[in-house]
Amino acid sequence: MKPAPFLYHRPANLADALSLLRAHGSAAKPLAGGQSLGPMLNMRLARPGHLVDLNDLIELDSVRVTDSFVEIGALTRHHRLAIASEVRRSLPLLSAAAATIGHYAIRQRGTIGGSLAHADPAAQLPLIAVTLGASLVIAGPEGTREVAASDFLQSIMTVDLRDGELITALRFPLPVGGLWAFEYFSRRHGDFALVSVALSFARDEEGKIDALRIGLGGVETVPLRLPEIEARMQGRPADETTIRDLAAAVAATIAPEDSEQVPAVYRRELAETLVVRAFQSALNREEGA
Amino acid sequence: MNASTHEPLTLSLSVNGETHDLQVPARKLLSDVLREDLGLTGTHVGCEHGVCGACTVLIDGRPARACLTFAAQMEGHEVTTIEAVGRPDALSALQQALHEEHGLQCGFCTAGIVMTFEHYLRENPTPTASEVRDVLSGNLCRCTGYQNIVAAVLKAAARMRGESV
Ligand SMILES: Cc1cc2nc3c(=O)[nH]c(=O)nc-3n(C[C@H](O)[C@H](O)[C@H](O)COP(=O)(O)OP(=O)(O)OC[C@H]3O[C@@H](n4cnc5c(N)ncnc54)[C@H](O)[C@@H]3O)c2cc1C
Ligand code: FES
Ligand code: FES
Repeated sequence: MKPAPFLYHRPANLADALSLLRAHGSAAKPLAGGQSLGPMLNMRLARPGHLVDLNDLIELDSVRVTDSFVEIGALTRHHRLAIASEVRRSLPLLSAAAATIGHYAIRQRGTIGGSLAHADPAAQLPLIAVTLGASLVIAGPEGTREVAASDFLQSIMTVDLRDGELITALRFPLPVGGLWAFEYFSRRHGDFALVSVALSFARDEEGKIDALRIGLGGVETVPLRLPEIEARMQGRPADETTIRDLAAAVAATIAPEDSEQVPAVYRRELAETLVVRAFQSALNREEGA
Repeated sequence: MNASTHEPLTLSLSVNGETHDLQVPARKLLSDVLREDLGLTGTHVGCEHGVCGACTVLIDGRPARACLTFAAQMEGHEVTTIEAVGRPDALSALQQALHEEHGLQCGFCTAGIVMTFEHYLRENPTPTASEVRDVLSGNLCRCTGYQNIVAAVLKAAARMRGESV
């Protein structure tokens, strides 16, 4: 349970970090919060020759809210997302989901960039990024590029990140609907969720559903957004029948993996239940507001 | 710091307000450096993958897993361990409450719990039982059971607010 030897680098700024990553290519790994890479190093599931510690790049620990997007620096910790008032106001769904990641001490260190790069299929932040149509800002040897979260996440722990590249920020487009909910189920508090549901929508003057976005985590190899179902719900009343239809449509669409510990049918029913719960909690919050 | 060899690094670490100059391999975990190089064995090691919370210390005042941190990362940061909290004849509010409420048995998990709540009770001086449970989920206790630990944290919080309980 001890890491294999590596050379440790602690660049002072983004330019130095990029040149170190460029110099060492596939032998180098960035180290952010260490809350996923640390266990992998300790268990020797990862044995990089070089670790490039990003923790001095404090300029990447940032939240910037503009009229058309919220930009969150890659080194922003989960705990900040959970408690910072500017995040709670502009992206309450992101904030609520961040507050459920692992445990309190884990959230103090873990970062949004690390979570996206690690790409666990059950992780909260990739799910919210896909659901809200966020994009990643990536810096590398050829300059900076922007890629949609849904394209970036390719499969289990597989992402569109090339040697020498770093995620520098996530950009969440605004506006987002005023109604939202994050619901999940895990067997023990703080474990990765078996299934999670992220929901965001608005209601028009007549109270009908507008701009629905629904995402599911834990059911496939990457977070799943369901645009066809979203479109079908446009303009429908936010009532019991619609909620049932939506949940049934989700359950019929997803194709969860079957395993001995978690049968596909169980995940499917969990998804259906969590969609109902999410919708109701979004509506309840509206009434409470 | 840009390394080019696997020779041990020369580090200057600030732990509990004292500066220590050490020679440490880059891959050595903070938990091992605290215990083996500095003799601060109050920080316990359970799982070494972030789950059990026994190794929780404060980094710049915030709880963190020492087993998921390399000592080399700590230059320029302040590390606080259980050794800096209270004294046998003057326990901290939380230590005293854990004692009174029977919040520990073997004590293996206790240092990590104290360090976690040292910060949490500052951030949230008026926690509910359910908030305490949420935070406590990051620290596994295999013998006391959690009821008494929750009771102790709530008691400590009340005392820290100046209430007499
Ligand atoms: C006990 C425990 C419980 C947890 N529970 C959950 C949970 O319920 N839900 C959840 O989502 N997560 C959970 N996590 C994981 C946690 O959220 C991590 O913080 C996160 O997965 C990785 O972020 P990090 O900053 O710690 O990244 P690191 O561990 O430092 O790095 C992870 C990976 O990302 C790469 N990387 C990091 N930053 C960048 C960057 N800017 N650009 C490019 N690559 C980068 C690294 O090279 C590495 O491959 C848990 C962790 C622990 C230890
Ligand atoms: S030893 Fe660090 S969390 Fe278990
Ligand atoms: S007191 Fe023994 S593990 Fe908690």
